[in-house]
Amino acid sequence: MKSLWWRQIQGILRLEVRKSVFSARALPLYLLAAIPAAVTFIVVAVSMIYGEAPPEFSGPSGATMLFAVLFQLGILRSTLYFATVWIFMNLFRGEVLDRSLHYYFLSPIRRDVLVAGKFASAWVGVSLVFSVVAVVCYGAIHMYFGSAGLGTVVGQLAAYLAIIWMACLGYGAIFMVAGLFMRNPVIPAILVFFWESVNTFLPGLLKKFSVIFYLQSLFPIDISEGPVEIIAEPVPLWIGIPGFIVFSGLTLLVAGYQIRRMEVHYAED
Amino acid sequence: MTPTSDRLVFDNVSKFYGEVLGINQVDLSIPPGITSLVGPNGSGKTTIMNLMTGLLQPSQGEVRMLDIRPDNPEKMFRHVGYCTQFDSFPRGVNGHQFLYNYLRVHGHPHSAATEMTERSIARVGLTDAARRRVAAYSKGMRQRIKLAQAIAHEPSVLILDEPLNGLDPMARAEMIDLFRELASTGQHVIISSHILHEVDLISDQVILLNEGYVVAEGDIEGVRTEMSGRPLQILVRCDKPGLLASKVFEHETTVEARMHEDGGGLLISTKDADTFLIAFNRMVLDNEVRVESVTPADADVYAVYQYLITQEGAS
Repeated sequence: MKSLWWRQIQGILRLEVRKSVFSARALPLYLLAAIPAAVTFIVVAVSMIYGEAPPEFSGPSGATMLFAVLFQLGILRSTLYFATVWIFMNLFRGEVLDRSLHYYFLSPIRRDVLVAGKFASAWVGVSLVFSVVAVVCYGAIHMYFGSAGLGTVVGQLAAYLAIIWMACLGYGAIFMVAGLFMRNPVIPAILVFFWESVNTFLPGLLKKFSVIFYLQSLFPIDISEGPVEIIAEPVPLWIGIPGFIVFSGLTLLVAGYQIRRMEVHYAED
Repeated sequence: MTPTSDRLVFDNVSKFYGEVLGINQVDLSIPPGITSLVGPNGSGKTTIMNLMTGLLQPSQGEVRMLDIRPDNPEKMFRHVGYCTQFDSFPRGVNGHQFLYNYLRVHGHPHSAATEMTERSIARVGLTDAARRRVAAYSKGMRQRIKLAQAIAHEPSVLILDEPLNGLDPMARAEMIDLFRELASTGQHVIISSHILHEVDLISDQVILLNEGYVVAEGDIEGVRTEMSGRPLQILVRCDKPGLLASKVFEHETTVEARMHEDGGGLLISTKDADTFLIAFNRMVLDNEVRVESVTPADADVYAVYQYLITQEGAS
């Protein structure tokens, strides 16, 4: 049975990765992913035109700080967030709008296996695209402004890539479920965005009800959020990551429950 | 994984869309063969098909397909194929990919999926167009590729929602032959159609629906016979229609006898066909009438549909 499920998930991956990454539906994903790359290109180009880098960005530590800020604001808290909103909310909602969900529902596949397959394909697709963007931006900034040793570079890059994959896991699970329950996906997307944005200023207890809080423990460097930031004890890595995976798993169970009850209405007969 | 029953069973099934009735208290036990669902728009045909395939869940009652519940798709869709009415396909795929990907989702490995895809596409006569994008297909071709999808995994229950829509006469004849071929091997073929004379030609049994209720079911002649309130019409072609008409009028079950326009026959209405036909044989022998043919004139699905649905709706 496991091998059948695995073959079925592979079958879904074949279709869904193409849909998420290589179809017209993927255009917003690429537009969002292009933003941090464009910002990086502009920063490097302006620095080249002026002949030297601003002092705060020069040298390995400056480049590391510059990328950390770009990653926080230009990737994690904005473009990556909205990319997960677009792709994961449309996993089932898009099929309903296209009237093509029956293609899967008429197959001998457990609906929760379908949820797992579609989620995995979107997770792989979005994470890969943003991983490439992060590597390109990191490489461009450190090549121009200065780079630390190979060990540091590899360690930091690995941490940033892990954050991308974990963020896609967490936000993806939330938005896939939101797409199954809500008719208008804009409202939950804005609400979660607001909650994640004000996370810095929330009391320690409330911080824990956000995705971004658990990702903080993975960041390779600390960046100050300003004088009004409320400091909370970060969650240890060994709790944060498994907790994250368990949270996503539970969310997928909710999605599986909802999809089993889902009906397809074709037309008035 | 052989099914334990060969029946498709609806046990007191109702389906409501909010406050709107889909079907109400439907009891069915459908044997193998070609079964047609007949009824006007909104009568519940597609609702029944969607309940059979788990796309809808009953508000009340239970559906069992070959003793498998439709909420167990991993088991049921090994045996069931559904050709839906709607023209919706995954974007950007060609005919071959449409089927191949579907079979991969079933869990078939590459070689088996390829072989089944090609065989099914050939069966519906789309081999030449298999590599063209489905979006560029004509309505008839899309109908055929959906049919190919429904039969690709060789199901023992084939459910077809308006399968002849959009097909030209030649393709219709080919499809009807295919349905007969499938039914002759002991499969279930469930068809909904508005084209009554085609339904009449191919069906082993019909289920007549109106406003969410099953108004009749069974083989069409049996349904017609049970309609005791409606005199049965019999067309007799013979050499002495005038003489025969006078004798027929003497029989107590005769309601009406009309001469045929060409003078070579008689249209008789009787309220008890069995009794009448025994007496009719005696009349023919006693009066030395040469009979060319005796055929029921309103024992087809069209007549039954007219009596049960159109006039019921009108009354």
